[in-house]
Amino acid sequence: MSRQYETVIGLEVHVELATKTKIFCACSTEFGSAPNTHTCPVCTGMPGSLPVLNKQVVEYAMAVGLATNCKINQYCKFDRKNYFYPDNPQNYQISQLYLPICHDGGIEIETSSGKKVIGIHEIHMEEDAGKLIHDEWEDCSLVDYNRSGVPLIEIVSEPDMRSAEEVTAYLDKLRLIIQYLGASDCKLQEGSMRADVNLSVREAGSGQLGTRTEMKNLNSFKAIGRAIEGERARQIELLEEGKAVVQETRRWDDNKEYSYAMRSKEDAQDYRYFPDPDLVPVMISDEWIQKVKERQPELRTEKLLRYRKEFDIPQYDAEIITASKKLADIFEEATAVCGKPKKVSNWLMVETLRLLKENDMEPEDIRFSPENLAKLVLLTEAGTINSTVAKEVFEEVFARDIDPEAYVEERGLKTVNDEGALRETIAGVIADNPQSVSDYKSGKEKAIGFLVGQTMKAMKGKANPSAVNKILKELLQ
Amino acid sequence: MSERISDETIEYVGILAKLELSQEEKEQAKIDMGRMLDYIDKLNELDTSGVEPMSHIFPVHNVFREDTVTNGDDSQNMLANAPEKKNGAFKVPKTVE
Amino acid sequence: MSILSLTAVQLGQKIKEKKISVREAVEASQEQIEKLDSTLHCYVTTDAKKALEQAGHIQKKIDEGTLTGPLAGVPVALKDNLCTEGMLTTCSSDILGNFVPTYTAEAVRNLERQGAVILGKTNMDEFAMGSTTETSAYGITRNPWNTDHVPGGSSGGSCAAVAAGECFYALGSDTGGSIRQPSSFCGVTGIKPTYGTVSRYGLIAYGSSLDQIGPVGKDVADCAAILEAIASYDKKDSTSVKRESYDFTSALVDDVKGMKIGIPRDYLGEGLDPEVKSAVLSAAKTLEEKGACVEEFDLSLVEYAIPAYYVIASAEASSNLSRFDGVKYGYRTKEYDGLHSMYKKSRSEGFGPEVKRRIMLGSFVLSSGYYDAYYLKALRTKALIKQAFDKAFQKYDLILGPVAPTTAPKLGKSLADPLKMYLGDIYTISVNLAGLPGMSVPCGTDSKGLPIGLQLIGDCFQEKKIIRAAYAFEQTRSYEGPNLDRVKGGEEA
Repeated sequence: MSRQYETVIGLEVHVELATKTKIFCACSTEFGSAPNTHTCPVCTGMPGSLPVLNKQVVEYAMAVGLATNCKINQYCKFDRKNYFYPDNPQNYQISQLYLPICHDGGIEIETSSGKKVIGIHEIHMEEDAGKLIHDEWEDCSLVDYNRSGVPLIEIVSEPDMRSAEEVTAYLDKLRLIIQYLGASDCKLQEGSMRADVNLSVREAGSGQLGTRTEMKNLNSFKAIGRAIEGERARQIELLEEGKAVVQETRRWDDNKEYSYAMRSKEDAQDYRYFPDPDLVPVMISDEWIQKVKERQPELRTEKLLRYRKEFDIPQYDAEIITASKKLADIFEEATAVCGKPKKVSNWLMVETLRLLKENDMEPEDIRFSPENLAKLVLLTEAGTINSTVAKEVFEEVFARDIDPEAYVEERGLKTVNDEGALRETIAGVIADNPQSVSDYKSGKEKAIGFLVGQTMKAMKGKANPSAVNKILKELLQ
Repeated sequence: MSERISDETIEYVGILAKLELSQEEKEQAKIDMGRMLDYIDKLNELDTSGVEPMSHIFPVHNVFREDTVTNGDDSQNMLANAPEKKNGAFKVPKTVE
Repeated sequence: MSILSLTAVQLGQKIKEKKISVREAVEASQEQIEKLDSTLHCYVTTDAKKALEQAGHIQKKIDEGTLTGPLAGVPVALKDNLCTEGMLTTCSSDILGNFVPTYTAEAVRNLERQGAVILGKTNMDEFAMGSTTETSAYGITRNPWNTDHVPGGSSGGSCAAVAAGECFYALGSDTGGSIRQPSSFCGVTGIKPTYGTVSRYGLIAYGSSLDQIGPVGKDVADCAAILEAIASYDKKDSTSVKRESYDFTSALVDDVKGMKIGIPRDYLGEGLDPEVKSAVLSAAKTLEEKGACVEEFDLSLVEYAIPAYYVIASAEASSNLSRFDGVKYGYRTKEYDGLHSMYKKSRSEGFGPEVKRRIMLGSFVLSSGYYDAYYLKALRTKALIKQAFDKAFQKYDLILGPVAPTTAPKLGKSLADPLKMYLGDIYTISVNLAGLPGMSVPCGTDSKGLPIGLQLIGDCFQEKKIIRAAYAFEQTRSYEGPNLDRVKGGEEA
């Protein structure tokens, strides 16, 4: 039997903040624009340009620090991290090394093996780099500085995680907190949340940490899970062969499920940090901290408690809904309009989750407005449409955010409540289906289902099914 | 004469600074840097224990911008001086292997 | 009396009185450039046509009464590290040989708002690294007083241009003495303002924590007026300081009675040329005769300023100059093999030896394992130097001394021994480390006929005290310019 190994994992999570402008200039942070259309002398590193700090960045960083139980460094500074790369226009990144804004915090996670606190070593503010696009035609790279200078916070955990499950739980929790704060949308795929994994292995029971590697390029929870398994196996194999793990940065290739060392002669990894002389220190007063605290939105735990008190919905539903800031927002806003929390919750729990899954979407990708969901609830509650029609309408709400009232009106989907017309149709159905009628009369109760179906079909789905049932039974007596 | 700067150091600093020096320049750099560092060592005569390093002269702090977009599309100007450009982007030698 | 003999403020007045047109003033400067600059080489870029166009616009505004400042219509030269929209800005370096900024430095914009006419950009030591203007990639500048001598540096082109009448005033920048020392060597007046007084936005950085833009003029009144025009609180520069007052011209008062002036004994010791020493001490005597209390004192730490400066300035420069990489602007090497080869060849071909020397030193002192021993040590020394000045200013209103140990050296003598050249900055450098204002005022000539500068140093934000003392001193002597016939006649041997 081979030796038992323990995996030790720490994460460096980069989160793009939801500010309107970049960290050091007044360029927009908007995503997906034409190359270099959100640039200026500052974020393209023009000679003579100077950075000026966006106040909102400090407030978001403080908010995340407070929500993750960090201490705030009331005197913090920016440092330059010097390295050459074309996505980094000044060839230094403005970051924080010596006095980061937050330090010594932690968050509680829950996994199959119970609850556990993951320590947060520090949170610092820095600027994002531009984007490099490889040009296949000319065998060159093209640089777009639209992302250059977009504000980031880097959340550095302690090496407190032991498994991919813990890592996922930690990331989930972190993401939820940050989304609740409105500090970022935290989309891994779009890169607004990125995680680098520091991993080492050691023999179980050993008190010393092994040599760690840092893995980059992890852009989904699944990739992170696979990378952890892959790197753990690679390191154990090295140790089993009596070889040493080299401290290095590795790039995860999720297609090949293997990581590659990112080393070159030209990459000395000596960043020559020093305080940026172009920026002045940030002093954070107790009053400022208090102000940010007071503005802090309700987080999930508080929300759960309030939902139990305010809305009579099952604990399970409340947990699912509050697990996404977006779902919780839709729930509250739709409920405020229609006053039917249970109905709103049902739409979210059943149809919404189903459609999200079918379309491979995250709740954050939802585009419909809470008002339209509320209108749909009200239409159903008033009996204006029946539940079959409602589901159909909801699919349209989900896909195109249509106004249910107008949609129902235009397509003539209202339930027919004219009993005379209904009786007439049912009489016709009875006349057209003598076999089913005699089946029913001879005791085959199920036959009535067929007759109801035929009636609904004749009414183009717009009849109230219980009314159809009642009239049918009456006429067949 | 000062021997404090080795060939390896000059090589290493060249990588950090992205400068490629000729053999002659390297020899000169070893001498110049060595002499400067010998001279800078004069600072060691000073007892600076307990003295806070001073980066900024004035206790100016909290200079902020409000989070308002005031810059528009200035890409043409930003690209105006580019040695090489393509499709609205700066063109560089390929960065991936 | 020719136009060229006027100071900037006098010319402004004559323009206002319609005795001289803006065009005449510009043409007078341009004729002088035409006549002398092939020898002196004060400028790296001029744009005669643009200047004349500008002259027309400004004349119109003056006539309409919308431009009323003291410098409206007065032609100016700008050091070539100040960004000017649409005009080549090279820092006298090959790496920026083709760089045309799309924005203008804030200090220059302030001048433009006052109706300045820009004649062109002046030569300098490459990236302001040097004390002689000999490290320029575009050739040396000669001293108008004696063309065998350097004009000083790094703002040598600006100071020589003012001395030679190739402009009426100029802007320079001062990181370790780069306005005061060439002002001294060229017999003109220059101020390095308190750090944060003039916005650094658009000044191509050398040592960001030390750099300040400042005026170069024929006399104290010009410098006060120029400083008043360029100084401003600028939201684009985080290190800009919101001053209580931006008035400097009200200090032009001929009265130093009761002013306490200290002369650091440390500034009069070994290495100081006796002729410079005697001119400086005689200037001190003059101020004393006018009622100032002058005494010698020990400033201390003077010999530590240069090593501390070279660590800090080189470290900052190594980082500031890393943006010149052939990607976004400036020079890119023709042949290369891959990204890093492009970086290294572009930079090695684009930068001159002095710049490379400082980038190498700066990269080294910040590198892993040396940061504390060099960089933090230098920042601690800087704190001690600041304390020494603070102590001195508890006692004195001003500190008086020489600007440089000697007058302008001969061309070609300084670069052979960089360390020796660095030592020439001994009296100016600590002023930058402590963020103080300092000024150079002519106080005589040596036996070779080369000008000597008197340095006045004030506490932070005390420019007015310096200006007042300088003005009072200036009243005791008349402005002396170089004999420019010698320049013309002396088409260099």
